[in-house]
Amino acid sequence: MNEVTIGVNGVLHRLTVDPRTSLLDLLRERLGLTGTKKGCDHGQCGACTVLIDGRRANACLALAVAHDGAAVTTVEGLAANGDLHPLQDAFIRHDAFQCGYCTPGQLCSAAGMLGESGPSAITADLETEPALTPGEIRERMSGNLCRCGAYVNIVRAIGEITETARP
Amino acid sequence: MRTFTYTRARHASDAVARFRTGTAYLGGGTNLVDLMRLGVATPDQLVDVSRLPHDQVEPTPGGGLRIGAAVRNSDLAAHPLVRADYPMLARALLSGASGQIRNMATVGGNLLQRTRCAYFQDTLMPCNKRLPGSGCPAVDGDHENLAILGHSAGDELACVATHPSDLAVALTALDAQVHVTGPGTTRVIPMPGLHRLPGAEPHRDTVLAPGELITAIELPPPPPGRSTYRKVRERASFAFALVSVAALIEVADDGTAGTCRVALGGVAHAPWRAFSAERTVAGAPATAETFARAAAAELSQAAPLARNGYKVTLARNLIAATLEELSR
Repeated sequence: MNEVTIGVNGVLHRLTVDPRTSLLDLLRERLGLTGTKKGCDHGQCGACTVLIDGRRANACLALAVAHDGAAVTTVEGLAANGDLHPLQDAFIRHDAFQCGYCTPGQLCSAAGMLGESGPSAITADLETEPALTPGEIRERMSGNLCRCGAYVNIVRAIGEITETARP
Repeated sequence: MRTFTYTRARHASDAVARFRTGTAYLGGGTNLVDLMRLGVATPDQLVDVSRLPHDQVEPTPGGGLRIGAAVRNSDLAAHPLVRADYPMLARALLSGASGQIRNMATVGGNLLQRTRCAYFQDTLMPCNKRLPGSGCPAVDGDHENLAILGHSAGDELACVATHPSDLAVALTALDAQVHVTGPGTTRVIPMPGLHRLPGAEPHRDTVLAPGELITAIELPPPPPGRSTYRKVRERASFAFALVSVAALIEVADDGTAGTCRVALGGVAHAPWRAFSAERTVAGAPATAETFARAAAAELSQAAPLARNGYKVTLARNLIAATLEELSR
């Protein structure tokens, strides 16, 4: 067993964990934060996406013990003071989900993506900071699968706020 | 998942000192943690090397680039010097996995990821890579996306696995040097040369000895010419290559090809440096005819399995089309 201190949505948690515990299981089973979803548990679907020190990551592939000292943001931490995050608001207005299971991962992934700089695999000129066109959003969000196929409206919802949100 | 102890190394020699039989080094964990969950990897000790001070990308005095092994794939792809001077490297990194995984994955770990051959990942199946001597069901089974070059399908310890890294393909084309610290020694391994063909030891992906740790990758100055990385896969993003190519070509004003580099991914147990294709192109007119001849020369060595012959055509066309695109 190992001792870890992990900040989650601004609250510090000091926990004793089995080193096999994934960050995903720690969030859901130990802290009761079930907003982060377990889809494939193999890093292939993106449902477990959270922000670790501000960077999006698959919580299922992260061992909790290796993230001692990290600051984690889950979907429960996106809304500030009860106000929806602009992405959450946009997802609702654009009807960007059906069953909703992938949505927490989509939201955290989009929030992380908007803070990233640099080109993507489809950017023509590697030395520019490309505009987040629908094609760029699709490529950058390809780690988040949606079995309901709500992609069209997910891209619209993210696209609506890219102009204001990107650094 | 099998139980294990976890420790965090403070520096490279500390990590090496902690290594014993049954130890695995932990980088980003994007492949290792999954393999442990599948029961394919069963270390009894993890030594975390992800926080070692190998997290810098620095120009070298000779005009190249030194990349720490703990640099994250996304940070390397976004680095201004990589984007400006090594476009094939930036594109290879960006075409691998997803934004989330690139944020987690380290450069060193990326090179040491294991094959995604379905039989290797399924502990209920025989696999000469996982359990030498148990057999290779892929030779007569599901091998549509497995090797066409350098495999050992006809051997007793058959293995037709492919290496999944995109980064490794670009580093192979760029003549990268892999810096390694091991028990009592340090050494430099050239690429190609880190990864090996299956031969009589399909369980060994690389030439690294037990306990050896990758600390940095050094790139020589960028070769003259234009370069890119093209990856063909079953969907447009977030999938492993069927075939990929890292290519570079220098074309003189009179239309003659100078320096040419070609490496293939998705076709062999190791990233495949296409020396035959390079030799055919260098000094020849940079024309579609030359590129087609070069691609054919390289793929004349192919030994496709019953259901992956399409990859021979794909690799040939991909080499020719990419060189043509770069020399326009």
